[in-house]
Amino acid sequence: MKKELLNVIELETTFFTDDGPVKAVDGVSFSLYEGEILGVVGESGCGKSVTSLSIMGLIPSPPGKITGGEIMYKEQDLTTFSQKAMRKIRGKDIAMIFQEPMTSLNPLFTIGNQLTEAISIHHKDWPKKQIRARAIEMMTLVGLPRAEELFKDYPHQLSGGMRQRVMIAMALVCDPNILIADEPTTALDVTIQAQILALMKDLNRRLNTAVMMITHDLGVVAETCERVVVMYGGKIVEEGLVDEIFKSPQHPYTQGLIQSIPDMRYKKQRLYAIPGNVPKPGSVVQGCRFAARCEFAFERCTIEEPELYVVSPQHKSRCFLSEEGMRNERAVIES
Amino acid sequence: MSEPLLKVEGLKKYFPIQAGLITHTVGQVKAVDDVSFDVYEGETLGIVGESGCGKSTTGRMLMRLLEPTAGRITFSGREISELSNKELRAVRRDIQMVFQDPYASLNPRHTIGKILEEPLIVHGIGNAKERKARVLSLLNTVGLSDFHAKRYPHQFSGGQRQRVGIARALMTNPKLVIADEPVSALDVSVQAQVLNLMQDLQRDFKLTYIFIAHDLGVVRHISNRVGVMYLGHIVELAGSESLYEEPLHPYTQALLAAVPIPDPDFKREAELIKGDIPSPSNPPSGCTFHTRCPFKMDICTQQEPIFKEVKPGHSVACHLYNDAHHNDIKQSN
Repeated sequence: MKKELLNVIELETTFFTDDGPVKAVDGVSFSLYEGEILGVVGESGCGKSVTSLSIMGLIPSPPGKITGGEIMYKEQDLTTFSQKAMRKIRGKDIAMIFQEPMTSLNPLFTIGNQLTEAISIHHKDWPKKQIRARAIEMMTLVGLPRAEELFKDYPHQLSGGMRQRVMIAMALVCDPNILIADEPTTALDVTIQAQILALMKDLNRRLNTAVMMITHDLGVVAETCERVVVMYGGKIVEEGLVDEIFKSPQHPYTQGLIQSIPDMRYKKQRLYAIPGNVPKPGSVVQGCRFAARCEFAFERCTIEEPELYVVSPQHKSRCFLSEEGMRNERAVIES
Repeated sequence: MSEPLLKVEGLKKYFPIQAGLITHTVGQVKAVDDVSFDVYEGETLGIVGESGCGKSTTGRMLMRLLEPTAGRITFSGREISELSNKELRAVRRDIQMVFQDPYASLNPRHTIGKILEEPLIVHGIGNAKERKARVLSLLNTVGLSDFHAKRYPHQFSGGQRQRVGIARALMTNPKLVIADEPVSALDVSVQAQVLNLMQDLQRDFKLTYIFIAHDLGVVRHISNRVGVMYLGHIVELAGSESLYEEPLHPYTQALLAAVPIPDPDFKREAELIKGDIPSPSNPPSGCTFHTRCPFKMDICTQQEPIFKEVKPGHSVACHLYNDAHHNDIKQSN
C-alpha cells in the first residue's frame, strides 16, 4: 500500500451568506496517496473547488469558514493552522495551479521575477545565483523553450499554454509533495490541453508529486488519473479506481454523467440526459442529494441520506442501491 | 443536389491594427481569410476550431453583425452581403442566432416574456394577443412552463437560460439558426438536454443549423457535415463520418488525437502536435499550419494550398493531396 499523504476527514465548509449559511462542502472524506493522480470530478457547485481551497487554507473568510472536520497532513490538522503557519505549507508542501493562468500571474512582474519570488519565500538563505539557476532549471523541465530569454518576459508576451507551463513551474519549484490542479486545462485549446496533460503526467512520474486533479471533464480523468472521486451537491457520491468507475459505475449520477458525454469516436443517436438541473449548493437538506433527478429514486431516498457503501475493496458508492442486499433489487430495476 | 440554402464565397474579415497617438493602421488581423462553404436545407453544418481560428467571426458575418471585408453571402438565392439595413431586417427574420453565454445575452431587466416577444415586435408580427400566445407556445416547446414568462433571467439556471435563448431564436420562425458555442457554458448533464432539444426542434421545425463549437465530440454528435478552421481558413470540410473516421488534413488529425477520451482503456496512437497557434496578426507564410505540421514540405512554407475536393464530398486544403503527393500519403497511412 502506498503511503497516505493527505487525509481529509468529514470536511465541512460553510459560506455564511445573507440568505443564511450554505454548506458548500458537506462531510467530505478522502485520502491522497504518495505519487498518485487523484481525480475530483463534478459539475458546477458540487464543492470540488471549495474542497481544494479548504485544503490550501484559501477560503475567503468571511463569508466562508471551515466548520467541521480535519485535514490531516504529516500528522497535523491543517484546519487548526494560523495564516502564518499555512504560508509555510503553501508552495513548499502543497502547491496549487488554477484554471486561468493569466489572472494568476502578476502582469507587472517578469516571469523570472515571479518564479524567483516563489523560491526565495521558502529558501531565504539561498544565494541569488542558486535561486536563478533553480528557476531556469524548472522552466526547462516544464518544456518552456529559450528559458533564459523568457525569464525576462512579462506574462502578456506568452501564449495561454506557455503561461500554464509557467504556473506549473512555479508550483513545483519548491518540490511540493502535493499539487492541487483546479481545472488546469479548461481555459486552453484542445491541442494545448493535450500538451499540458502529458506534461503533468510526465512530471508526476519523474518527481513523484501526488496530484489532485479537479475537473469537470471525464475525458481528462480517464486520461490522467488512477483513482477518482465523484462529487455532487457538496458530497462524495462515488469513489474508486478509474477503470472500475468507468466500467461499472454504481451511483446513478456517475452512470448518467458517463452516458451524457458525446463520445468523439462514434455517433450516438441520442444522448442520455439527466433530467433537471444541478442543484444550488445547500438547497437539498434531506435525503439523497440526487434523488430529485434520479430515475431509480424511491421513497427512502427522499427521507434518509445514504452513506458511502463499500462495493468492492476500492470502490464506494453513496446510493441505497449499492447497499448490501439491495444489489439484487437493483438488477431487477435496471432490467 | 438541390440549391444550397446559404452559399458563402470568398468571405474575408480583416481587422485593422491601430497604433500611435494619431491612430493609423499598422497591420491587419486576418480573422477570416477566404472562406467558402454551402449549407443545405435541413442539415447541420458544424464548424470547429480552436480559439482565434475565426469560427465565431464567420458566424457573425453571416448575420451581418460584422461587416465582411470581402466575399459574397447568398441566402435563399438572395445576396445579403450588400443589402441595406432595412432590407437586411427582413432577411434576419429567417436567420437567427443562439449565443454562447446565456448569462450575457439576455437583458437582466426584462422578463422572459418581454425578451421573447421582442423579436416579434421588431419584425411586426401579429397583434399583442397573438404575440403572447406565441411566447407561451414556444416556452412550452423548449420545455419551460407558462409561469416562466413572468420571471427574470437571474431566476433561471444556465440550462434554462439557454432554452430561453433558443426559444428567442425560434420566435420569428427562422429557416437557419446559427448557434455559436451554445452548450459550452453548460454542465455536462445539462449540455446533453440542450443538444437533444436542438435535435428535436430541428426535426419538428425543419431547421437548418450552423453549429459553431470547439468541442469535437459535441460537433460530431449534432452535425451532418463538419468544417475545420485554422487561422482564418477552412482546412477541411466533409461529412462528419468521413471527417472523424478518415481525417485528411494533418491539423484535423492532430486535433482529433488531442481530445481526451472518456475511456481508461483507450490508447492514444497518434503523436501530439507541438507548439502554439501562431498569432493571426502575423500568420505564417504559405500554409498557415506549416509551423506545427509533422508532414511539412518545402512547398508548404512558400505556397498557400488550394482548398479542393479530393474525394466525393470531402475537401481539404493541404499540399499532401496535390496529385503528385497523393500516393505518398496513401502509402504512409
